[in-house]
This record gives sequence, structure tokens and C-alpha cells, in this order.
Amino acid sequence: MTDAATDDIPAPDGPVAVKIDSPAKRFAREFASDPIAVVGLILFVLIALIAIFAPLIAPQDPYDLAQLSIMDGGLQPGESSFGTGMTFWLGTDTQGRDMVSAIMYGLRISLFVAAVSLGLAITIGTVIGVTAAYFGGKIDSFIMRIVDLQLSFPAILIALILLALLGRGVDKVILALVIVQWAYYARTVRSSAIVERRKDYIDAARSLALSDRRIMFRHLLPNCVPPLIVVATVQIAQAIALEATLSFLGVGVPITEPSLGLLIANGYDYLLSGRYWISIFPGIALVLTIIAINLVGDRVRDVLNPRLDT
Amino acid sequence: MMRASAIPILAGLAAATVPPVAAQDLSVGLKSEATSIDPQYHSLSTNNQVLQTIFEPLTSQNAVQELEPLLATSWEATDDTTWRFELRDDVTFHDGTPFTANDVIYTFCRVPMVQNSPSSFTLYMSSITSMTAEDDHTLIMETAEPNPLLPTDIVVLPILSAKALGGGDDITFAPNGECEGMGDVPQSPAFNDPEIAVGTGPYTFESWNRGNSLTLARYDDYWDGTPDWETVTLRPITSDGPRVASLLAGDVDMIENPPIQDVPRIEGEGFKVVSSLSNRIIYLHMFQDPEAEAPGISSPNGENPLLDPRVREAISLSINREAIAERIMGGYAEPAGELLPPPMFGTSGRDVDPYDPERAKELLAEAGYEDGFTVTLGAPNDRYINDEQIAQAIAQMLAQIGVTVNVDAMTASQFFSRRNNQDFPLWLAGWGAASGEMSSPLRSLVASWNPEAGLGTTNPGRYSNSEVDGLIVEAMATLDDAERESLLQEAETIALDEYGIIPLHYEVTVWAMAPELSYEPRRDQYTLVSEIKPAE
Amino acid sequence: MIVYLIRRFGQSVLSIAAMAVLVFLGVYAIGNPIDVLINPEATQAEIAATTARLGLDRPLYEQFGIFVWNALHGDLGNSFVYGRPAVDIILDRLPATMELAFVALILSVGLGVPLGVWAGLRPDSIAGRTIMGGSILGFSLPNFWQGMLLILIFAVLLGWLPAGGRGETTEFLGMRVSFLTLDGLSHLILPAINLALFKMSLIIRLARANTREVCLQDYVKFARAKGLSGRRVVLVHILKNIMIPVVTIIGLELGSMVAFAIVTETVFAWPGMGKLLIDSINLLDRPVIVAYLMLTVLIIVTINFVVDVIYSLLDPRIGLSEMKG
Repeated sequence: MTDAATDDIPAPDGPVAVKIDSPAKRFAREFASDPIAVVGLILFVLIALIAIFAPLIAPQDPYDLAQLSIMDGGLQPGESSFGTGMTFWLGTDTQGRDMVSAIMYGLRISLFVAAVSLGLAITIGTVIGVTAAYFGGKIDSFIMRIVDLQLSFPAILIALILLALLGRGVDKVILALVIVQWAYYARTVRSSAIVERRKDYIDAARSLALSDRRIMFRHLLPNCVPPLIVVATVQIAQAIALEATLSFLGVGVPITEPSLGLLIANGYDYLLSGRYWISIFPGIALVLTIIAINLVGDRVRDVLNPRLDT
Repeated sequence: MMRASAIPILAGLAAATVPPVAAQDLSVGLKSEATSIDPQYHSLSTNNQVLQTIFEPLTSQNAVQELEPLLATSWEATDDTTWRFELRDDVTFHDGTPFTANDVIYTFCRVPMVQNSPSSFTLYMSSITSMTAEDDHTLIMETAEPNPLLPTDIVVLPILSAKALGGGDDITFAPNGECEGMGDVPQSPAFNDPEIAVGTGPYTFESWNRGNSLTLARYDDYWDGTPDWETVTLRPITSDGPRVASLLAGDVDMIENPPIQDVPRIEGEGFKVVSSLSNRIIYLHMFQDPEAEAPGISSPNGENPLLDPRVREAISLSINREAIAERIMGGYAEPAGELLPPPMFGTSGRDVDPYDPERAKELLAEAGYEDGFTVTLGAPNDRYINDEQIAQAIAQMLAQIGVTVNVDAMTASQFFSRRNNQDFPLWLAGWGAASGEMSSPLRSLVASWNPEAGLGTTNPGRYSNSEVDGLIVEAMATLDDAERESLLQEAETIALDEYGIIPLHYEVTVWAMAPELSYEPRRDQYTLVSEIKPAE
Repeated sequence: MIVYLIRRFGQSVLSIAAMAVLVFLGVYAIGNPIDVLINPEATQAEIAATTARLGLDRPLYEQFGIFVWNALHGDLGNSFVYGRPAVDIILDRLPATMELAFVALILSVGLGVPLGVWAGLRPDSIAGRTIMGGSILGFSLPNFWQGMLLILIFAVLLGWLPAGGRGETTEFLGMRVSFLTLDGLSHLILPAINLALFKMSLIIRLARANTREVCLQDYVKFARAKGLSGRRVVLVHILKNIMIPVVTIIGLELGSMVAFAIVTETVFAWPGMGKLLIDSINLLDRPVIVAYLMLTVLIIVTINFVVDVIYSLLDPRIGLSEMKG
């Protein structure tokens, strides 16, 4: 593992390659040249819109108990409510909750958890990574030792134990996801920043007695953005999957705010008895979301850094 | 639209494989595994039901929890604090030694000497102050206070062999593990050795492959006729789906607690399903301590509405117990009006509260809560049958009368800790009356909190009524059954009249088995191997 | 080198010690095991007696001291639930998990390498695209969801394989294993596939990329142009090139395999260590939770140490830095 590694780091050759017309434009053009990625992007935007506007477009507020009736419990797709006559296109769960609405709200929670944890983890990881790269020496080796130690443990194990300790809760899941993810960003940012730091202009900036903070965030940080984006697209899909897994294992979000993972877990008990729709449909929604993100992510990675990974 | 029944569920497995039960071998899928072979290690029904096939107690309970003789032929209270037990004289242990009163004394002496016990059996014998063998098959027990439940308490204390465990021939009893002549007492892990795990039961202990199977063999010299099966294999299959699948695939001949939603399918595949009302009541309990601030509750006037009996009654009347039993429990539950299903000992046949949301709203208005209030409902999500769903259904129903309920469901370990810490204003839980009589729920759930006396131990809501307490204490010291029963009935009626606790339903226990078997379903929810018979 | 080894070893020991403190304090912060374990009819005196018996009445630092002292002697405490040494209980379950992980590993390598090579040789064929598409699925679908689909398809709809459990076991080299009986094998297939899918997808991607790289190299092009059995040349070179990264992955991912087994074992009711961990968390059986985590930490730290040492032996240039970057 790392040990005061301030030398011998090969420069990543991706991010430097952005030259001719505006980087954003160029990026967009290259991205759009792959039709599958465009499909993924459209799908993802659609899913995100559903999640954001769920309260407006869902046929039912699945968590307003006054709207539910257990008399409607376990209806098959296409059956209608005994009370209101409303049609349940994807059936109902055992509480009489419309699965279409439950999935929309579930998406909302899944994406919310992933997005917030992503934002926090990137922020924390970036600050720590840039700090490590800028100061180097003991600080760097200490931080990277922690990062390495943490990355050597499977994320699922760390998150599972954390949540077993903390109990269920949307905030707690977010905390657990931030804790298992920050290290990836810290490592990514550090290795880009450390290359940059050795360049002359930083020395120049230092000799001008610019403040440390200014150098770190004005000069080092911008160069770390492309690899960050690449890592983030991989990580957000993993975060969604991890949250779903934790909720499935019963340590994730609480029953009152079910994410897709929890909806699947609730339906799992009924899978064998033939009520497949309670778990299968939320599962399909989850899978589409993850695939859409991965398609976009794969392309982003190819465009930003063709040789980063296989 | 595809109908659920159109899916050929497990058809391939089941069609070919409803197997003829191999005449002499029996295999049973259990919901949980025993934690030890030592019958004195862990006071837990999953242990008791398995170990009582190897070891037998003096008295036992039949399928409806009536007391019956087993190793004792008869018993009587010669005065308020003295009991005389006559023991069978035709019983031998699996190692061939005869069963005598000395073994009983050894057994009772060992209880407090078991180390590391997570839940000790001392509870059931701590009232005994002296035990003496009048002769080899007559035993005198004395208690400090009158204890009418002594013959029931000792049902969970099956008899060990003094000789196999290295005890002397003439053991002198003293309370608190200070008996003499005990020798070197083997601890629980030693029972993994069939030479140590020697009882008088119909089956002998063969081997235990943890997490996978526990094997028992027929004891040919059993005193009560030859047992039905040559070998018995008990498999712990903790997940519901796989347990059902194992039965359908013929891996096991019988399973306990199939999930209710799977019962129609199991029956459809030609298997036999039996069920019985259990001694387990599912109830709502409420925070009723006027001195303390109630957690998790907010009302317009800032008071704890649950202190008002009218509010508690309104909660009870708002619950559609029939709908829960039918829709959520698939018919495998019975709406409850008492803490124990009638006609068990101490029940009064009280009516189930009707579903009357209109009246409930009136009561709330009378109490000054016409705009309702907000309350948290705590519940476990993996302890009772469909517990979390019941909690959610209750939240729905209370929403109809204007009470906003936030369901807080969690795994049982967290739930029990938090409940005992008084974290919930309202919670859903269950109580199984091991003794099969009303004193059990009354003492633990209803009596005022008094842990030193062992009263109100599961009454974190602090419901308290001194009249009820008095009746319970009096009943516990009354040896006359009829008199005791009426005291218990009176105590229960008072507590239920003021809605100190709200009964929801009695769980129904289900067993599913190959058509070649029969099992008399039991109130105590036990799966007793010795009672599984070939169908006539 | 020696200095490096000693330092590296010291760091490993430090990591283990740090994890021990975190794990112990963390686990001891949750719930009160007595509430779960004890008969609810118990009196205060019995609750107090049980608390004392399990050592839960002592102050935290004392419990921790006892834990450390015993841990140094290889004793991670007795399970509250089973009354036996926690390590023994975990070791009882270890064969089931190892069998599962091992079969999954064989599957992921045995299928992943050929599929990846194929996809690399014919990147634009339908088969090649299908394999890559499948690997994206395997890569992105949550493990538990794959498991549920497997159960739904093969157990519920087709009825070919059992939905869970371990089935019949036999004694093999002193361990109980499933793969020697037909019944055991049928129980093993679905969970093993489930556990293998993620790693298999990784290996497919790796193998494909390597294959493509090799194909572009001059000597391969030359060999093909000469009409030699191009395929053979390619295969030999590819396999040579692939084996090192594959072996690395196997080494580094063993730990995560054991961790991911938690999910697979839960879905398929497989009686291994992962299922034990979940059960123990539910029962608040602290010594078992702590022992499981400590053993896992030990395994992972040891693997990392060994991998690092091997790397530094193989390539002194890598020196002491950035080996896993």
C-alpha cells in the first residue's frame, strides 16, 4: 500500500487532452456519437423526472394511510379497488398500496439517498484528497493509510455493520454510504492533484505567497474534475445498489420511507406464493435505473479517459 | 392479465415427489434450531420442544395445555406449602439405569449451577426450599410461600440422569445450587456427547450437525410402548420459503409455521395442514404513567391522551379485528377479547370489542380529542406472524378516526430493548402463556411494575391498578383451582374494562405435513416429535 | 527489504488493533442482549444474575480489557446464545461458506475467462456483444436481485432446483460438504452462480480487454498473416497475459467474496457464516458478531499483507508505494 508516495506516479493522460473548441461542447459531441449511451441518458432523465415529480404524478400517495385500505391488499396487476374503483396497473402490496405509486416514491427515495450521499462523499473526499496532495509528507501518508485501510474492506461489510449499530433511517443510510464512499474520491483527487502540484505554475503561485487554500482550490482542484466525474458515475450506481441491498437485508431505510430495495424485500416473502408483482416490478425499476446510469457512465469514461480502465 | 394461480408453482418439484414416508424414518423442518442439547441451558420454547423428546419432565401439558402425569403418576398438596409426588417405578434411562427420586433431586439441584445460561430455568424452581426422597419413588417438595403453579412450573424441567452426569446416589437438596453429593457437574457443551445427554424420553440423542440437522433414534425400552420412528431428523430451516419448498420437494416430511400466504398452495399440492389456536395473544399496550412524560406522542393540549380510558377504548373500537384476521392473517388468527383464548384457565368468555369507528370518534370527542393526535406505534418486524403488516393496518384504521400513527417497525432485538426502555407510547407485541393459564399474562403484562417481585416485568407502559394487583397476588397464593380461577377472571375483567391493555387476536399455529402423517395441533405451539404419528 | 517487511507487518498489526477497538466499541453500543435472550417472565433478581453471568454488569473498559486479554490468547469469548466459544461456532459454519465461495470462484474463472476471450476475439459478433451485455448486467444488478430472479425462474417457475437450504451433506476431509451428493449439489448450484456472477463479469471484462490488446500486437498479426494456426498462438499468449491479473483478482477479491456471501446466504438460506452474522445481529449475540468481524479483518489484512509482499518481491521497482492504486 502507499507509503509517502510522492514520486513515481505516472501522469494520467486523459484530462490533459482537452484542447480545441470548448471542452463541454466537445464532450457533448463525443458522448452523443454513441447511440446506446444517448438512450441511457434519456432513460435516466426520464427516471429522474419521475422521481422528482412523484408527488404530482403518482395516482395515489402510498404513504397517506388514510388513502389505503387493507381490503385492497394483494390485488393482481389490472384489478380495481373495492372502495374507490381505482385501477392498480401493477397490482397492490399486502397493505393495499398501489405499486405504481409505491415505485415512483421508492425511486424518489433511492435516488435521493444516492444523490445526497454522492454530493457529501465527493465534497469530503475532495477536500481530504487535495489536502493530502498539497501538503504531502506525513499528512499525506497518514491520510492515505486510512484510505487504504478502509478500501481494503468490502463496502457492504462496513455499511452493514455501521447500520446494525446505528439502526434504520434515511439519514443513517446516507451517513453509511458517505463513510464507505469518501475514500474513493479522496484517492482519485489526490492522485490527479499530486501530478499537478509538481508543475511549475504551482511553485510560481507558492512563491507569490498565495494562500494555501487558494492554491489548492483554484489551481489544483479544477484538474481533478474529469477523473472525479468518471469515478462518480461508477459510484452512484454502486450507491443505489448498495442502498437497495442494505434495505433488503433489513438495515436500510425504515418501513415508512421504503426505497426500491425495501419494496423488493417486502415482496420477497410473497415471491414463492405467486404474488410476483410485489417484488418484481420495483426490481425492474431498480435495474433500469442502474443500467441507465451505467450506460451513461461507460460512455463518459470512454470520452474523458479512454485508457482509464478496461 | 396472468392469474397468480396460473403459475405452475414448483409444479415440477411437487408433482413427482409427494413421496411415501419411508415407514421408519421421519424428517421435520423446524423454524429455528435449539441452542444446546442441555435442557437446562436456555429457557426457550425452541429448545424445550426438541429436548422434551429426549428428556421427560414429571408433569406435562397435553395439546390444550391441560396438566397431565408423565414421570410422576400423581401429586397432591398435603398443606399450603408441601407437595407430594408419586413417581413411576417402571422407567429406565437410555443407559439402562432405573429412574428414581434421586435423579429428580439432581435435576433440580443442577438448575442454578448451569453457567453461561442466557435465560435460566431458576425462575421455575426458585420457590422450592426443600426436596426430600421419602423412598425411591416418592418425593416431597416444600415451598416458602404457597405456590399453586408448582406442578405447572416443573413442566419445563425434564429429568436428567444423576448417574450419567456423575452425581452421587444420595443427593441432599439445598436452594441456590448448594446441594451436596452432586459431584463434578457437567456444563452445557458436555451434552453434545450422547453418553451425557441421557434421558428417559422416547428418542435418544444420536448426533448434532449444527445448522443442518439433529438426529434422534428410537429408544426401544421406552416405558410407554415402542415409539413410532426408527430415526428422526430435525432440520432447522429458518427461512420460510425454503422450508415450504423442502416440504414440497419431499426433503422433509413435516414443517412447522409455514407462512400463511403459502398454505393454500401447500394444500393444493396434496399435503395435510393442521392448525390450532395458540396461547399467544397479540396485543396493543400503551404508555399510561401519569407521572412521566410520554415519549413519541403529540396532542393539541400537550397531554398524554392515552391516560384517558375513553381514548384507549376508542383505539380498541377503531380496529377492525375481523379484517386483520381475514386479509392479513389469511384466516389463521382469531379476533381476541381476552388475554388468553377461552376456555383456557382464567378466561371469562368476554366478547370481542366490536368494530365501531363512529362510536370511537364520539369517544375521542368526549375526551377532548375531536381533532385527533399523533402517536408512534412501535412493532417488531420479524417476531410475530405478519407483525409489521398488522401494525400498518392498525395505523390505517386509526387514521380513519383522526389519529395519526407513525409505525416504527424494527427487528425484534431492537424492538424489545427499546420497548423495555419505554421508548414507545403505543406498541404491538405478543405474549404466549407458557403455563396455559391467565396468571401468566396478568402477572407480566397487567400487574403494576414491581421487578423485585417479578410482577409487571413486561409492563413498560406502567398500567397500574392496585385492585388488580391485589387480586393477582391473592390468586397466586390460592391453591384451590376454582377459587383461583374466579380471582383471575375478576382481575382480567377490571383491567380490560378500563382498557389497560387492548387484545387484538390469538395467533393460530399451523403445521404442514405429508398426507401419511398426523399431528394433533398444540396450543403451546410446540412441535413435539413424539406426538407425530403415522396417519390411521 | 527486511525493514520493509517488518514495517509492513507492524502496520498490519496496528490495523487489526484499530479495528478491534472500533468493532468492540461499536458492537457493544447496540441494544441490550438481555432483553432479547431472557424469558420475559423473569424477575429482577434473575435478570441481574444473568447479566452478571454474561459479564455485562462490568464497566465497558473492563469488558474491553477482558476481551483483549482473551483475544490475545485466541479466545474471542463465548456466544451468549449458544454458550460455546464464538470462534467454534463460526468455524462450524466456515465450511459451508468456503464451499460456496470456492465453487463460485471456480465458476467465475472457469466461465469468465473463456467467455471474455471469445468476446475479445470477436468483439463485433452477436455472441461477443451478448457476452458483454450480459457482463454489464452481471456487473450492475444488485446481487440479491439476481438471486431472487434465479429463485423465481429455476425454483418457482421451472421447479428444477430447490429454492434454498443446503441439502444433504457428506463428510469430506473432515468437513461437511454438499457437492458430493446429488441433493447437495442441486442446492449448491443457484447460490454458487449467484455469488459468481459479479466476479465473472469482472473477469469477462478483464479477459476481453487483454485479448483485444494481444490481438493487436505485431507477432500475432504476423502469425495470423502467415496462416499459422492463429487461434492457437492467440490463445497461448492471451492465457499467459491474463493469468496474472486474474490471479490478483482472485487474491484481492477473496475477502469481498466472503462479505458478499452475506447477501447470497441470506437470499438462499445457506447456513454459512454470513447467515450466522445476520442471525447474530438480530439476536444481539455480541461475541459472535465481534468474532466474525475480527476473523474477517484478520483474513483481509493477511491477504493484503501477502499480496503486498509478493508484489514487492516480483517487482522491486514498485517499491513500497501505489501497488493497488
